Amino acid sequence: MSNAAIPVTEYSTPQRGWYKRNEIAITPWLFLAPGVFFFLVYVIFPIFQSFNLSLYRWDGLGQAEFIGMANYQELVSDRAFEVSLWNNLKWLILYLLAIPAGLFIALFLNQTVTGIRLYKSLFFFPFVISQIVVGLVFTWFYDPTFGLLNVMLGWVGLGPINVLGDPSIVTYGIIAAGLWPQTAYCMILYLTGLNAVDPEQIEAARLDGARGWRMLWYVIVPQLKPATFIAFVVTIIGALRSFDLISIMTNGGPFGTSRVLSFYMFEKALSEYGFRMGYGAAIAVVLFLIMLIFIAYFLWSMFQEERGR
Amino acid sequence: MRSMLKAPIAALATTVAMAGGAFAAGHSLSGDLKIFSDMSNPAPRAVMEGMVERFGEMHPDLNIELTVIEREAYKTQIRNFLSANPPDVANWYAANRMKPYVEAGLFEDISDMWTGEIGENLASTKGAMTIDGKQWGVPYTYYQWGVYYRKDLYEQYGLSEPATWEEEKANCQTLLDNGVKCYTIGTKFLWTAGGWFDYLNMRTNGYDFHSALLGGEIPWTDDRVKQTFANWRELIDMGAYIDNHQTYSWQEALPFMANGEAAAYLMGNFAVAPLRQAGLDDSKLDFYQFPVINPAVELAEDAPTDTFHIPSGASNKEAAKAFLEFVVSAENQTLINNGSNLGQLPVNAKSGVDDDKFLKEGFAMLSGNSPGGVAQFFDRDAPAEMAAVGMEGLQEFMVLPDNLDDILQRLEAARQRIY
Repeated sequence: MSNAAIPVTEYSTPQRGWYKRNEIAITPWLFLAPGVFFFLVYVIFPIFQSFNLSLYRWDGLGQAEFIGMANYQELVSDRAFEVSLWNNLKWLILYLLAIPAGLFIALFLNQTVTGIRLYKSLFFFPFVISQIVVGLVFTWFYDPTFGLLNVMLGWVGLGPINVLGDPSIVTYGIIAAGLWPQTAYCMILYLTGLNAVDPEQIEAARLDGARGWRMLWYVIVPQLKPATFIAFVVTIIGALRSFDLISIMTNGGPFGTSRVLSFYMFEKALSEYGFRMGYGAAIAVVLFLIMLIFIAYFLWSMFQEERGR
Repeated sequence: MRSMLKAPIAALATTVAMAGGAFAAGHSLSGDLKIFSDMSNPAPRAVMEGMVERFGEMHPDLNIELTVIEREAYKTQIRNFLSANPPDVANWYAANRMKPYVEAGLFEDISDMWTGEIGENLASTKGAMTIDGKQWGVPYTYYQWGVYYRKDLYEQYGLSEPATWEEEKANCQTLLDNGVKCYTIGTKFLWTAGGWFDYLNMRTNGYDFHSALLGGEIPWTDDRVKQTFANWRELIDMGAYIDNHQTYSWQEALPFMANGEAAAYLMGNFAVAPLRQAGLDDSKLDFYQFPVINPAVELAEDAPTDTFHIPSGASNKEAAKAFLEFVVSAENQTLINNGSNLGQLPVNAKSGVDDDKFLKEGFAMLSGNSPGGVAQFFDRDAPAEMAAVGMEGLQEFMVLPDNLDDILQRLEAARQRIY
């Protein structure tokens, strides 16, 4: 068709090079090439390397010995692994509390009062400081002898508790610390989302008599769907990479009860007493498979979104 | 071409010189000497830099390149640099801690250095440096473990240094009755519990049993091991340890002793400096050897040894050996271990111990009152993996002593897998 539309004879038919002839098709790939190359080398290739390594017994120094699925068999009967897996689940579920909390703070701050920018910055502050600092602050807050938490509990007549030393509550204590910055992150996502809420729809809903919860649930929240999606993604990923807080607050303790998979992998493969590379890789593979479920879901819903347009 | 020729000739020359016995002093070394060190805390760093400077003055033609790596980071980096980019001299630890590198052929066998005078002078630590009948490095410092206690509190309540387990428990009861905890400890990073287990097990079952247990030859479910834990439990049930110790590091546990809330601390000699800084002078702080539990076994002590090694991939082994000889020489040992430097014990029998109460007591204890033997420490005598599982179990026992059977089963399963 296009050949017919533009008569070839009008060109003086110079000898064009191969690249010139295929420029449109090739150029995007050339631009993509560095990115694709590094993505393959630093992301895709290591994934397969880890899969491979998880089939070996290797201390990182000597010869690696092929042992088949033995690392995975050991994982099944490893109680420390089981504890880490359950803790990861706790993180995944409880960390999602950051989303509604962030939404309500955002709604609360979405008003025009003198100095609101200052309040917004203050609420956003915990996300700006390093996770290490958050961990230290909460460690002191929880401290059983001079921590503020026990002082506050004392006011209402509750006995002192050692949050980070009690195997049954330590993980919740760390998650609470993690929620502090994560809520701030979700809040900022919703604050930007609220700017895009259509005032006309709110006006119309108000004329129809919607207010309070119904207004929020049927008019506001549906319009915040993109923000909710992003908040969900970053929160899930944040929960799965919860490492720094555990490392700084409890170092996995007491006796390994606050470990999650990423921390357990680090301990087994890379810490002072670790260097079981194959076993660490096997843990990493399990963590990867869990992440893969979410990644597949995210990709799928983004794909749906694109197609819907 | 010239440089290729030069190296073999230099090597030949040094061999001849060594054979002639003229190695020690006047011999000149040349080339580069690359040293990787983990002595990153302020005082050890100054010691390391001082040694390099003095060694450099002795060998002006030698170009010494010192790299100091943060102590904790060093523990993971050593794996990489030993195989990829080996220096000529590297720091590490004695006993089982060096075994992976010896077995992987990454440390040089320097048994020849240990023959003759050096071997005699370093006899006390020779065992810790020996694997398969060969020596793989030299020590440069070690320090005693023991009970550091508040002398003033003991005097206030009319207590004296305990020599037996009964006296120990009686002291402890008196302290508890007066609202003072017997021991401070911080087990957040686990190893402090390893110190307690070392002592209780060595006092209950003796050094040989202890080293066989950590060497994987005895099951953790053995009745003798259970006896150790039963002794330990007596203290735990009394409430001898500070509460919530699982939340504190060893440093965070110091204030309890400085404030007088706890009376004693089973620790290495490195605890003395921060305790002194916290205001405990020698009239308030004192030291005693861990008391006898089972009179039938000989006393044995923990005395972790820090070391220097030559990686087998080193390029200037001649200079490296000369440096190691310099490090262990009596004169250098006296200097670097004195109170204003490392404040620890010299490894050379001909060196002098600094005029410090704790160093003197420690030296006397290790050289005169430790007939059973000298252990390194739980996490240096046991293989790394066993140490990690083991110390976690010890911490759990200290918090939940009722879980003992379960813990021992777990340790036993780990033992069968690891060794």
